[in-house]
Amino acid sequence: MSKINLNPAEVQTRESRLGSITGFNGTAGELVGCSHAGTLKESDRSFSQCMGCSSGNAFCQLSMIQDAVVVNHAPVGCAGDFFTFNFVYRVGQMERNLPSVIGRYFNTNIEEQDTIFGATQKLASTIREAYERVHPNVIFITTSCASGIIGDDVEGVATDLTEELGIPIISCFCEGFKSKIWTTGFDAAYHSIVRKLVKPPVKKSNKINIVNFWGSRIFDELLNPLGYEADYIIPFSTTAQLAHISEAVATIQICPTLGTYIGAALEQVYGVPEIKSPPAYGIAGTDQWLRELGKVLDRQAEIEELIVKEHARVLPKLQEYREKLQGKKAYLTAGAAHGHALIALLRELGMEVQGAAIFHHDPIYDNGTATSDALAHAVKTYGDVPNYNVCNKQAYELVNVLNKIQPDIMIARHGGMTLWGAKLGIPTLLVGDEQLSFGYQGVLNYAERILETLDNKEFVINLAKHSTMPYTKWWLEQDPFSFLRSDLNVKVY
Amino acid sequence: MSKFIEQPRYSCALGAQQSVIAIKRAAPILHSGPGCGDKINRLLGQGEGYAGGNTVPCTNVSEFEIVFGGEAKLGNVIEGAFKVIDADLYVVLTGCTSDIIGDDIAQVTSTYQEQDKPIAYVETGGFKSNNYVSHETVVKGIIDQYVDKFKVGSNKITGLVNVFATIPYQDAFWNGNLEEIKRILEGIGLRVNILFGAESQGIEEWKTIPQAQFNIVVNAWAGLGIAKHLESKYGTPYTHFPYLPIGGLETTKFLRQVASFGGLDSVTVDAFIKKEEEKFYMHIERMADFMLEFRYGLPRRFYTLLDASYAIGFSKYLLNELGILPAKQFIIDDTPLEIQAEIQEQFKTISPFRSAEISFNIDAGAIQEEIRKDGSKNRALIIGSAWERDLAKDIGADLLIVSVPVAYRLILNCGYVGYNGGLRVIEDIYGKSLDIYR
Repeated sequence: MSKINLNPAEVQTRESRLGSITGFNGTAGELVGCSHAGTLKESDRSFSQCMGCSSGNAFCQLSMIQDAVVVNHAPVGCAGDFFTFNFVYRVGQMERNLPSVIGRYFNTNIEEQDTIFGATQKLASTIREAYERVHPNVIFITTSCASGIIGDDVEGVATDLTEELGIPIISCFCEGFKSKIWTTGFDAAYHSIVRKLVKPPVKKSNKINIVNFWGSRIFDELLNPLGYEADYIIPFSTTAQLAHISEAVATIQICPTLGTYIGAALEQVYGVPEIKSPPAYGIAGTDQWLRELGKVLDRQAEIEELIVKEHARVLPKLQEYREKLQGKKAYLTAGAAHGHALIALLRELGMEVQGAAIFHHDPIYDNGTATSDALAHAVKTYGDVPNYNVCNKQAYELVNVLNKIQPDIMIARHGGMTLWGAKLGIPTLLVGDEQLSFGYQGVLNYAERILETLDNKEFVINLAKHSTMPYTKWWLEQDPFSFLRSDLNVKVY
Repeated sequence: MSKFIEQPRYSCALGAQQSVIAIKRAAPILHSGPGCGDKINRLLGQGEGYAGGNTVPCTNVSEFEIVFGGEAKLGNVIEGAFKVIDADLYVVLTGCTSDIIGDDIAQVTSTYQEQDKPIAYVETGGFKSNNYVSHETVVKGIIDQYVDKFKVGSNKITGLVNVFATIPYQDAFWNGNLEEIKRILEGIGLRVNILFGAESQGIEEWKTIPQAQFNIVVNAWAGLGIAKHLESKYGTPYTHFPYLPIGGLETTKFLRQVASFGGLDSVTVDAFIKKEEEKFYMHIERMADFMLEFRYGLPRRFYTLLDASYAIGFSKYLLNELGILPAKQFIIDDTPLEIQAEIQEQFKTISPFRSAEISFNIDAGAIQEEIRKDGSKNRALIIGSAWERDLAKDIGADLLIVSVPVAYRLILNCGYVGYNGGLRVIEDIYGKSLDIYR
């Protein structure tokens, strides 16, 4: 178990904290076995394609805190994701009836001479100007490969300017080269927030932290009748709201890949219990998750009632969907925990999961509890999954596998992957709102979307007919994992 | 002066990966940190293209390579790319990590060049420049290390020209713009190496670059270095048209300049221009009554937040052919100091009757503040990026998104350059103006 340590400014990477890996080929059951036996080994690829990096994921979480400014200490290219997250921020504003504002993000524009003389002055003056321009309640600094390698004392600047400006100036260390697992960026953002923004509890509230991206408010309906209030945290939070998340009754994870660090940090540092069951996907998973929630909130009787009521409502409809979906073959690609959840969900619907390409694997989460292992839960409840590949967005492996397996449907959680299903003429579904498939209703929602997608063949058939393929014929005939090797340099720092 | 940027509108040196992706069946190979390609693609890529986005091979440099060097890993990824990615040309591009620690990518790549593999390399560490500048470096790199191998003698092909116009993907309308430039140059009798996009013949076309009779630069400054390089390397002369020609007046001026420089047959040139102008002005005339009579308000003054090439092109067109008056113009492309005076001059003589005020600023957050303070009752038009959405709404302006990030529009082969582009500008501006009425 990782002991949360808020003293250092920098969070430890996932690979060193949790032993997480980015390369594996086998069955889901084998992966779970290795994870639990402590024999999980990292593999590397001798050929690889662009991944993502921690700085993007840190920015993803920091960029939508309503009264914050982000200063990205980097060459201008690192700010390429400013507008994509601004777009997400603004869509969320519409959904929440918030006034229309743009995200206030600044890039320090590190140039050649800065790599020789250092860029801390530039960082300081950017922060001052950003403060003058926006008057935010907090300024986060996200770092970059360049600022990291030239060794700028970012923490020093943050400390000095906190004093000078009288608002928290918080460093978030998220250099891309530091971790192969870009979700380390989530941890970096949360580390910064818990370390510098969250205040010790004064009194307990009736709130429950929901660690989420920007999904819909599905927890109100569940928690309000139990006497609790859902507090959807980080994107769309305010600094005042975040200061008090230590006072919550519990923390719910929508996806432990996202929230592992903050869940454990709030529990270890401030005693806020984290709901540790895998998130509620599929019927059995939802039963189990609800029961743990009932226990933590001391609402066991109400929860049992709810389970009975919901089963009566959902199961007959589920049976109808199962009949339609029985035996359909699916291939899946997603981030870690959510991928595990989708495996459970697809199995629940009677579908056959022929394989999965999952971005990384955390053998254990920061809470150190094996019961949080969603993949273990999926394997135990629904049986093993063949062709389980841990693959950090390596499209070439995915295309190769899809071409061989030819599933009835491909399901993706993240952008950039769906194209390969569609180009091969395979109906492909991307699920944007992770909350869509949560809980009992989520099973039905998902079933409906899958049926729709399976039915909608015209587009992919036509696209496949007219598509070019940037992969060689040779490659498509090879073993998809030809470049995956365990003898390369995989030392973890 | 501090040079931080709020609301960036261009990428770093590695952004030139998009220039490689824009060449038919060419593939970049990044020797960079793991997130670089994705971030560039988020700002500049609308669609993966052939081998862009998640397809781009990358060494995903980690702490190991920072400490021990990344040359071996680069070698592996290059070899993998040859086997896995079906491309006619591979271009190795470095990121900050490699350039700071000093990997010798020339040596790694030259091994493959000696084996006659179609591969070039360019150092594009993000901190070195923006992508307007590195586009030049990349094109020069490809010519020197690859194209040059296929040079046969020093004969020129009469009538063959190379065009260096907008920067692919940095100009979101690059594909449509290049198509139109090629169309009109062919119209006056030239054979055109357009080099990027749907109308290009890919790498075979690149191989004929040394044989061109002359080169045409259609850009305020980016690409000029390529033409100068080709002049000294192959003795190819060039003509420079320092902005994007939009609409009847400027496109004709552009074609006349090219025709005169190339000594083209005046009968062909005149006939083409006459036909195009007739068509163009027939449409203008057809809708002049709308512009004169629409009584519920049309934009009467404009701001541009654009790169220099677009800023001049749009300003001239909006003023001289549509009668919209220039407010202040903001140039956001980090124009090199030595070029700024020439651009000032273009705005000083923007029409025979007036000049327009401009400023050079990469920090568009500051530009937006300035525009907000610039009170005027007249309805304004902003030609800018997706960042201007709220600004436009707040000051009651119409917004045409032309610059990246484009986010709120999807662009396939729409272009704003040339005769056809000029008409398209009118449709898009007034379409938006009309769309606000209930």
